[in-house]
Amino acid sequence: MIPAAFDYIRPASLDEACHVLRDADASGNDVKVIAGGQSLLPLLRLRLAYPAALVDLGRLPGLRGVEDRGDHVFIGALTTHDEVLRSPAVREHVPLVALATATVADPAVRHRGTFGGSLAHADPAGDLPAVAVALDCVFIARSAEGEREIPAAEFFADYLETTLRPGEVLIGVRVPKLGAGWGFHYEKFTRTAQAWAIVGVAAAVRTEDGSIAEARIGLTNMGSTPLRARAAEEALRGLSTAHGDSGVTIPGRVHDPVRDACGQAAEGASPPSDLHARPDYRAHLARVLTYRAVRAAGS
Amino acid sequence: MPRITVTVDGITYEEEVEPRLLLVHLLRDRLGKTGTPIGCDTGNCGACTVMLDGRSAKSCSVLAVQADECDVVTIEGLGRNGGLHPMQRAFHSEHALQCGYCTPGMIMAAIDLLRDTPDPSDEAIREGLEGNLCRCTGYSNIVRAVRRGAREMSGETPATTPGPASATTSGPASGEEVRTS
Ligand SMILES: Cc1cc2nc3c(=O)[nH]c(=O)nc-3n(C[C@H](O)[C@H](O)[C@H](O)COP(=O)(O)OP(=O)(O)OC[C@H]3O[C@@H](n4cnc5c(N)ncnc54)[C@H](O)[C@@H]3O)c2cc1C
Ligand code: FES
Ligand code: FES
Repeated sequence: MIPAAFDYIRPASLDEACHVLRDADASGNDVKVIAGGQSLLPLLRLRLAYPAALVDLGRLPGLRGVEDRGDHVFIGALTTHDEVLRSPAVREHVPLVALATATVADPAVRHRGTFGGSLAHADPAGDLPAVAVALDCVFIARSAEGEREIPAAEFFADYLETTLRPGEVLIGVRVPKLGAGWGFHYEKFTRTAQAWAIVGVAAAVRTEDGSIAEARIGLTNMGSTPLRARAAEEALRGLSTAHGDSGVTIPGRVHDPVRDACGQAAEGASPPSDLHARPDYRAHLARVLTYRAVRAAGS
Repeated sequence: MPRITVTVDGITYEEEVEPRLLLVHLLRDRLGKTGTPIGCDTGNCGACTVMLDGRSAKSCSVLAVQADECDVVTIEGLGRNGGLHPMQRAFHSEHALQCGYCTPGMIMAAIDLLRDTPDPSDEAIREGLEGNLCRCTGYSNIVRAVRRGAREMSGETPATTPGPASATTSGPASGEEVRTS
């Protein structure tokens, strides 16, 4: 379908973008920013959204690129998925971001879709929000009033809703480097290629002398926002990683306590029901995939 | 209305466009580049794939205004001197199409894949084409065609029945058939 008509504004600077957004908000105009357009344009074409104007951030200087800043990696909001995947700093210091990004959509969409757009879109089925909560990323928002930091735990408000205020633009995200001893894995369950996660699990695990010292687990598509599997994280602490099992009970063989701990992965979650899966099946997936992700990350 | 300058298949156009005009509609309805089809409303099928500044993009998911000052190559701009591009020839000789609706997008995605992976495995080809749906072929011949196209583009001459126009009119296969900005 052809989108409903809208005005198009291409600001020359971030300041100008912020002022345009502030004035639009003040006059009650429904203005949306567009980054890569890979989520927004399908919505416009299906006429599920019909903003009065689009503010195109696509060519703003300074919002694109990855920087190694010592204790964290800063990823500019307008950095495309493809650029994230090619970044040596991402691959070396925050590999979980690369592992999840590689599963996003397909190459053509990754050439245009952006890191910041994926997060600001706040689709709980998106792969990057779970990574952001697992790693406790910090979101940097800018408005005409100035800059503000938003911890990942406070950024995702509800289905497709963030705590960005009207007039605010996400300019980038600080992704903490976790340092030595940490392993990472993103486990995504889909039925077909180029599909959204039915459930996904982002795991970061620190092992010390053969046992789990710390685990961070982010869940994709297990609620209206990305979630941390806190109960499982707690239960995993201190467990030995020596007893990997296949899930089949074999008499005389030691059962893996890590599997039991991952059994708590869906605790507190209210997974959605849709044509792909019912909530109870999603809860089952979360437990199984968390085990796989933790084993892969902590070995 | 915004005024844009865009180069398509080597020719530069200046156009006045409504902001809501999609790049694919600019290509098809204004510039007559109907070689690029539209298969969906959601960015899923990949039929509309073109090269935008040298990398694959779904032209149904780009506004024409976003393509201002960009270089676009469509399926119609691949061949040289009236002949087919080696990847087009490979699709022809491996019977990689039935209705042909997905083919322009498949070929663009395949050429994009080869820029990073000039000699892809079957698995890499399937991954590289994951954004392109074919409802006819079952993909096996497409994978074979991309492998053949890759060999041809790297300069190897495979034993093949040439495509209709290739024997007489096309130049030697070259790895850099797609123009970038
Ligand atoms: C076929 C297909 C398959 C896909 N599969 C997956 C998948 O498996 N996993 C996945 O995670 N994603 C998937 N996606 C979505 C993809 O990751 C998009 O790139 C991403 O969701 C949006 O990024 P964008 O830059 O294109 O944002 P846009 O579409 O430009 O914007 C999306 C939303 O975010 C807002 N926004 C964008 N940037 C900013 C900013 N800097 N500040 C404030 N607000 C902003 C916009 O106003 C809009 O509401 C898929 C998309 C397609 C088309
Ligand atoms: S028509 Fe563009 S992806 Fe289907
Ligand atoms: S040949 Fe018919 S859709 Fe691919």
